[in-house]
Amino acid sequence: MTKKFSRGVAVVGVGMSKFGVFPELTSRDLFVEAYQELRQSVQKGFDPKDIEAFYMGNFTSDHFENQAHLAPIVASWVGLSPIASTRIEDACASGGVALRQGVLAIASGDVDVVLVGGLEKMTDLPGAKVTDALALAADSMFEIPAGFTFPGFYAAMASAYIDQYKADPDSLLRVGIKNHENGALNEKAQFNQTIGDVMAGKRKKAEQKGLPIPEWEDEMAFMKDLKANPMIAWPLRLFDCSPVSDGAAAVLLVSEELASKYSDSPIFVVGSGQASDGALAERESLSSVPAAEKASKHAYAMAGIGPEDVDFAEVHDCFTIAEIMASEDLGFFPRGEGWKAAMEGQTARSGSHPINTSGGLKSKGHPVGASGVGQVVEVWKQLHGIAGERQLPGTLKYGLTHNVGGTGQTCVVHIFEKRN
Amino acid sequence: MTDNTMNSKEFQQAIAQDLLIGSRCLNCGNISIPQRQICPRCNSDKAERIQTNGRGTLAAFTVIYVPPTSMAEAGYNAKNPYCVGIVSLEEGARISAQIVGVDLSNPSAIKIGLPLKQTFVIRGEGESARKFLAFEPA
Repeated sequence: MTKKFSRGVAVVGVGMSKFGVFPELTSRDLFVEAYQELRQSVQKGFDPKDIEAFYMGNFTSDHFENQAHLAPIVASWVGLSPIASTRIEDACASGGVALRQGVLAIASGDVDVVLVGGLEKMTDLPGAKVTDALALAADSMFEIPAGFTFPGFYAAMASAYIDQYKADPDSLLRVGIKNHENGALNEKAQFNQTIGDVMAGKRKKAEQKGLPIPEWEDEMAFMKDLKANPMIAWPLRLFDCSPVSDGAAAVLLVSEELASKYSDSPIFVVGSGQASDGALAERESLSSVPAAEKASKHAYAMAGIGPEDVDFAEVHDCFTIAEIMASEDLGFFPRGEGWKAAMEGQTARSGSHPINTSGGLKSKGHPVGASGVGQVVEVWKQLHGIAGERQLPGTLKYGLTHNVGGTGQTCVVHIFEKRN
Repeated sequence: MTDNTMNSKEFQQAIAQDLLIGSRCLNCGNISIPQRQICPRCNSDKAERIQTNGRGTLAAFTVIYVPPTSMAEAGYNAKNPYCVGIVSLEEGARISAQIVGVDLSNPSAIKIGLPLKQTFVIRGEGESARKFLAFEPA
């Protein structure tokens, strides 16, 4: 039986900090930046005293900032005490799950106005320690002792996908090129540069240092150059991996009946689904993410729509292969066809199924706890026609977000609708 | 008191003795590796311990050039990478493990479906030396 919310939930405001590397800022400073932007985005304004609960996605401030119990600290920092404040930890899906908890809290009737946040401050630790902190999302008894890293897990999934569908590995590089093209048009992106811009930057640097100036025929040639784009975990290279980032994002949710008090153009949360799974080795399929398919089916059924109705999606491209698998798990393309769609440009802004118009995690950045909330910011902008140069053409009705924790141990999918 | 003998540390103790153990559900026959008390397929809590024959095939793999701290301490780096994979065991379950004895200079030549057999590797030296499960071409 299709499950429905007991009452509707709307988004009436969003905000995000710039994603990137900010040695001088802590996670709470970044959240202030996101929250201030959110306050400006609520069309008819709002009184912070209206907020009744705060759900905050954060993976591991314990390791990144030596700080646990972050939700009440952040709530107090922006003047929201004594409202109920809860930190949600589901690895890189923490933000998406925090959003879902906020939605469910309103749908339950317990509260009418909820602030959802996501934040992560990752770059204070040296690179190897960041890798180790992220590895905490895997099974520390039975996966990590094998020698796996997160790029390694997704690389292994890529090996299974490429073998099963005889996929062209260049399709992975195409995803990276496309997401950099989109991110170049997003002022909040960590790398708002096309791959062409990156190439020009490397040439300029070589010239300044008096070194031989590297030449590449085109972006694909750059991506295939092992010196420019070194292997991290075969077949994944540096530009197949999302970066280590600092950032925060925020979303204001209200009950459907209160939406018009805050905005004449809210967007509605019409579908929400979440699923889990065991360690990667335990799964039936290594070339897909079963929990993403389950979560999306639940969300589609609740929304009463199918993948063909979705105008665009923000998906969890922590690695390029993840975007290709997601495009199939979410039903946009049949199994084994996602890599071809990426090659043919069907997921570009001009394609039939635009994916990651924001630049995705790859280019926008991946402050893990913030990523799932940051996705909603892009959906909001696209549905309102305020995404600037990266705005999709035509009338948009449905946007989808897909947020993954670990290798797919947690998946959470939301569908948003813009009415009239 | 319930009979819960399939504790998770037992697996690592078995590895230390060159054994790869698992469990068989006494209700539905499902094999779990590592062993577990409650069957993930039928939820029965009646299980028996099994010892695998240590043979399987390669289901997925990667060659890692940027290792985590634990593997870096064992001497791995971009110039000395290692292979890690997921192995489908003959008994019907899969497990993650390091893959040794394959040509790391050409990962595309490592083929999914490659027959493998269990072996064990020591990482670390002196008091920090520890034995880990691995597989090699059969």
